[in-house]
Amino acid sequence: MTYLPHTDSDRAEMLEAAGVERVEDLFRDVPEACRFPELRLPEPLSEMELLAELRAMSEENQDADHFPCFLGAGAYHHYVPRVVDAIISRSEFYTAYTPYQPEVSQGTLQSIFEYQSMICALTGMEVANASHYDGATATAEAVIMALNVARGKRGRVLLSPTLHPEYRAVVRTYAQGTGIQIAGDDARPDLTVPPALPPLDKETACVVVQYPDFLGQVQDLGQLAEQVHAVGALLVVAADPVSLGLLQAPGHLGADIVVGEGQAFGNGLSFGGPYLGIFACRERDVRKMAGRLVGETVDVEGRRGYVLTLATREQHIRRDKATSNICTNEALCALAAAVHLAALGRSGVRKLAELCYHKSHFAASQVAQLPDYHVYDARPFVQEFVVRCPAPVADINAYLLDEWGIIGGYDLARDYPHLPNHMLLCVTEVIRREEIDVLVRGLEDAAKEVAR
Amino acid sequence: MRTEFGVRCSGAEPVIYELGKPGRVATTLPALDVPEAAPLPAQLLRDGVDLPEVSELDLVRHYVRLSQLNWAIDIGFYPLGSCTMKYNPKVNEAAARLPGFAQTHPYQPEHTVQGNLLLMFELQEMLKEIGGFAGVTLQPCAGAQGELSGVLMMRAYQLDRGENQRTRIIVPDAAHGTNPATTTMSGLQVVEAPSDERGNVDLEALRAICDDTVCGMMLTNPNTLGLFDEHLPAIVDLVHGCGGLMYGDGANMNAIMGIVRPGDLGFDVMHFNLHKTFSTPHGGGGPGAGPVGVCEKLVDFLPGPLVAMCHHSEDACGCGCEDEECAEESVSFHLVMPEKSIGRVKAFYGNFGVLVRAYAYIRTLGAAGLRAASEMAVLNANYLKARMQGILPISHDRTHMHEFVAMGIIDGAPDIKALDISKRLIDYGFHPSSNYFPLIVHEALMIEPTETESKETLDAFAEAMAAIRQEALTDPELLRTAPHSAPLRRLDEVRAAREPVLRWKG
Repeated sequence: MTYLPHTDSDRAEMLEAAGVERVEDLFRDVPEACRFPELRLPEPLSEMELLAELRAMSEENQDADHFPCFLGAGAYHHYVPRVVDAIISRSEFYTAYTPYQPEVSQGTLQSIFEYQSMICALTGMEVANASHYDGATATAEAVIMALNVARGKRGRVLLSPTLHPEYRAVVRTYAQGTGIQIAGDDARPDLTVPPALPPLDKETACVVVQYPDFLGQVQDLGQLAEQVHAVGALLVVAADPVSLGLLQAPGHLGADIVVGEGQAFGNGLSFGGPYLGIFACRERDVRKMAGRLVGETVDVEGRRGYVLTLATREQHIRRDKATSNICTNEALCALAAAVHLAALGRSGVRKLAELCYHKSHFAASQVAQLPDYHVYDARPFVQEFVVRCPAPVADINAYLLDEWGIIGGYDLARDYPHLPNHMLLCVTEVIRREEIDVLVRGLEDAAKEVAR
Repeated sequence: MRTEFGVRCSGAEPVIYELGKPGRVATTLPALDVPEAAPLPAQLLRDGVDLPEVSELDLVRHYVRLSQLNWAIDIGFYPLGSCTMKYNPKVNEAAARLPGFAQTHPYQPEHTVQGNLLLMFELQEMLKEIGGFAGVTLQPCAGAQGELSGVLMMRAYQLDRGENQRTRIIVPDAAHGTNPATTTMSGLQVVEAPSDERGNVDLEALRAICDDTVCGMMLTNPNTLGLFDEHLPAIVDLVHGCGGLMYGDGANMNAIMGIVRPGDLGFDVMHFNLHKTFSTPHGGGGPGAGPVGVCEKLVDFLPGPLVAMCHHSEDACGCGCEDEECAEESVSFHLVMPEKSIGRVKAFYGNFGVLVRAYAYIRTLGAAGLRAASEMAVLNANYLKARMQGILPISHDRTHMHEFVAMGIIDGAPDIKALDISKRLIDYGFHPSSNYFPLIVHEALMIEPTETESKETLDAFAEAMAAIRQEALTDPELLRTAPHSAPLRRLDEVRAAREPVLRWKG
């Protein structure tokens, strides 16, 4: 039987030692009426058949390797150096568990400690963990943390309308049992001026903004931080880590908690997961943080080593009084991100952000020359920008894919009804100039063919 | 069998920052092929990011050396109770890396990702069949997030019926810490139910708790003692009888695939741990995946989106799809949000890469293979327990399921703790079992061998335990100072917590 090592004689000896005649006898505690159901599942496949079937299934998709893809909106197509897969494919890493026994888990522990250090450097924060599932759940946990920092005395959370729509949805899911008030995101974002905040008050626990925001635009965090801190609230910033190669670190501008989607470093698109929630905060708040943390210490011989630490915040110790129920540490995704960050290094992370910046600006300038399109480029952006199209985005995208072999941008009308025909385009380093040219010609044709 | 640990390296790998030198880099980027744009306003720009600067070979050697400091399933036996450290098949890794899966963007039009949606639809169907449920969501990223989804659905269901006073969740004292933590996160209160002498939920105590303030009960079955609750039908009747719902913590599903379906037992909602039962790698703690199955009355509350199949040959296609591409196919797959959904629990659609691996596992084993896996997981546990007789006491004298709890208590060696036995196991070439859990067993050593381990491995483990017991009587210091052969000796956890150093500071 597949993956089972037992021979018939092994089974016989083991049954005898266990004191039963047949393996079925081990299940006498299971109510007889529903014992041993017949499962209706497909017949088993050999490895060869399985891979053939899965390859055929995967080839029913049109993927970003074969079609230039101008989608971003929270999941980014970047080149992942081969060294990343070489490292995360080492089964010493991927077949290990959470490092509960530090003496035999220093590989995982030190790699997380190094990841924590790199994320602190990138975000300008003091403490980071590797525990969160994705950018959306990290944002929701940051909101809960902000409520806990306020010791339950503040019950209002303000979300920017240009925070990722799915992040806002996840915050609402997580908060539905807590009775807190979530506001601020029903405003219609204007593409030409920074979003205004609803009035802040002493009830406000935190303000959550995205940097650059969901529409790709960069706002002045320093000024915002002053306003937020003036009422004693926390500023939570959901940041794009690639853009931080270029942009001021949120931690240097007054952010109290920095979260974000870490997928862009080292983790492929993979249809939306598994991804990596970046989570970083100030040292003063670390005991309210959710998730596993790795700290440095020494062994009995004084040698440097690493352990999981400050566990008294966590569910396995504190049970119903824990900061969160989380027990994942997203170690393998964090390892991929750390290897990619270290491969790029100080200069590479800057160059990567600059490539995205210049390519997206070139694309924006070319699209802006098309008479039927309007590019919103008055406010600064790094790799994503908004274009008003002469027809619904879904129609333009269908035309681009069918006629030009391009996966077009994100349809903002899905989330912002006042922005029909508005497309969010993303251009990263993987897009070549020729592909930008094809996009521009495709859009030009679409104006004639689709918008007729 | 015995694996010499730490021969290859003696610990003390520098932090990657310490390996660097300004100017080194470990990857290449393409030259800019477009004109430079005007720079961002200066006040938005940062100085450099303080990252390591290493060559590619230095980078590879660093991480390979780090990897050699880890224990892993692929190195040897890893009997962590409650974690199901079974073999992670290599073909599943290849499957998840197929470019057609790995390189798809979550916001592509549905008709360009029909392969992904088909796989997700089929996995939903297979998990429904294995668990005995009417609906499954693949959204949750982990078991704990599956729990949160499940308890929020129970809460939403009770509120939907106007039962606003149902704010209490019953959690047995043997439960994983995530159960009470999830309850609190959902805005509900925990009521603890004690266990009886045979390791079952104490029925009399449960009866006293059940009233019209109960939203539901979270029960791990088999429980964390590795026991199938002998009163399960009575427990389900009590909870349902007072208007509550039954939540199944699927952490121990590896004992019961093809043995019994939780839905048939009366569980209304349960999460699956794909990284335990369905062989996807633990990855050092993540990523996992925690799909949730529900009975008919909770289907509308599932977190979405779910994948729906529609037949276009039928007159009315239920999906509301107006996509021309889709109309040309006889069958197509769509993302849909259930009517009363508790909402999204993550961005996009679940940990797709993990789902591909679990799908590959189920397709490889089929129905008979899944049942054989659970049978052998249970036989392995009972065999190892039998081999442990006379070495360490076992918490309960009953037939166990996929795991059992021994106690780190040795007559004649009063100073020896479960922790000492665990650490000494490392010197014998085994990863320790889970220790000090469940909390209701004194000096607990929770042992889960899984079905993919051979009789020889179990025999060697039992022999190591017997040798350690002997050492405890003759040379207890050897245990108290263990491990001796790992890359590091015992670490100072108190210091780590009192003077936290959480990042490299140079």
